[in-house]
Amino acid sequence: MSPEAKHNLVDPLIGNNPITLQILGICSALAVTTSMKTALLMCVALTLVLAFSNASISAIRNHIPGSIRIIVQMTIIASLVIVVDQLLKAFAYDTAKQLSVFVGLIITNCIVMGRAEAYAMKNPPGLSFLDGIGNGLGYSLVLIVVAFFRELFGAGSLMGYQVMPLTTEGGWYQSNGLLLLPPSAFFIIGLMIWAIRAWKPEQNEAPDFKIHESHGHSTGGAH
Amino acid sequence: MEAYLSLFVKAVFVENLALSFFLGMCTFLALSKKIETAIGLGIAVAVVQTITVPVNNLILNFLLKDNAILPGVDLTFLGLISYIGVIAAMVQILEMVLDKYLPSLYNALGVFLPLITVNCAILGGSLFMVERDYNFGESVTYGISSGIGWALAVVALAGVREKLKYSDVPKGLEGLGITFITVGLMSMGFMAFSGVQL
Repeated sequence: MSPEAKHNLVDPLIGNNPITLQILGICSALAVTTSMKTALLMCVALTLVLAFSNASISAIRNHIPGSIRIIVQMTIIASLVIVVDQLLKAFAYDTAKQLSVFVGLIITNCIVMGRAEAYAMKNPPGLSFLDGIGNGLGYSLVLIVVAFFRELFGAGSLMGYQVMPLTTEGGWYQSNGLLLLPPSAFFIIGLMIWAIRAWKPEQNEAPDFKIHESHGHSTGGAH
Repeated sequence: MEAYLSLFVKAVFVENLALSFFLGMCTFLALSKKIETAIGLGIAVAVVQTITVPVNNLILNFLLKDNAILPGVDLTFLGLISYIGVIAAMVQILEMVLDKYLPSLYNALGVFLPLITVNCAILGGSLFMVERDYNFGESVTYGISSGIGWALAVVALAGVREKLKYSDVPKGLEGLGITFITVGLMSMGFMAFSGVQL
């Protein structure tokens, strides 16, 4: 595998993660993570759409006139999403019902448009395909981690199997209902960003301005 | 009338698109650093939402539904591509109309209008309209109220973030991290409305 292809696959996982660093595609990341099952299905759907839209946009990139490129990209993405939506309805109807509008919303998921604009319009199809897979996996990683915590501590189960028996059913685990509600998704992603940035300080954002420390002795007089 | 009022309150507070369905998060987080920007964006979203949800409702009922154009023809699977087409076209038309007749508003919204095509809140609003089977009257109400709800949330977040700039946040949590936690707290605040029933 060439170094660039490998970079495309591995870099978006943590180093340049679409959710925690590029702030792309957060909408669906938060909404479908109440259980592992829906999160996994969403990850597969998004990764497929992303990889194939990147590949097909890149294949015709030299023939798209600049002024209407957004419409062309949108049409390609929307057609792919329709295919995925119909497939899900045919083979995984119950989970697709739980995902409700969020499969359709892959169309406006900024990751798909963002990668098409930023990468696929300038690079050959093979590399763009790998870039799509890589970014899809980076997205999936965040989704799965969030869904793991929300389902395990919110409902005491994983993938629908009861891991920790709930007190309501005679077990010992008192479930934390907050984790199944919307706010917890924000908290978990916020804390995750903190963890990643503590590990990789180069991702820290430059502050808008420095807070002036008038009694600078604690920081060695650095102003 | 009562049903519409209750739908309005529900869509603005209880089922706020941004805070309980996480829609339009990308622009929500990226453009909420200043109150003025947030107000501009909020108005633009509310206007586009008010137009597109009813228009998509008409498209669904008169073109796509089973037996709508020709007997025995069901085009609902083309829904997604038509809704996004309608949204893109509506935004473009709105841009041209504003440019011609209301140049001051156009200048204020200018930058945000094209962005709105890819705002998930807009497509999400139309998809919820389809999923919940709203009739025309309900979809007008839903369009207006969900747009207002989103605008309210983004302006409130911008207000909090303007104050947050002056606080001493731990390194690493600065910027995106603390914003997420702030939105989480706001969303928790909005959950207090969930008992409201009219």
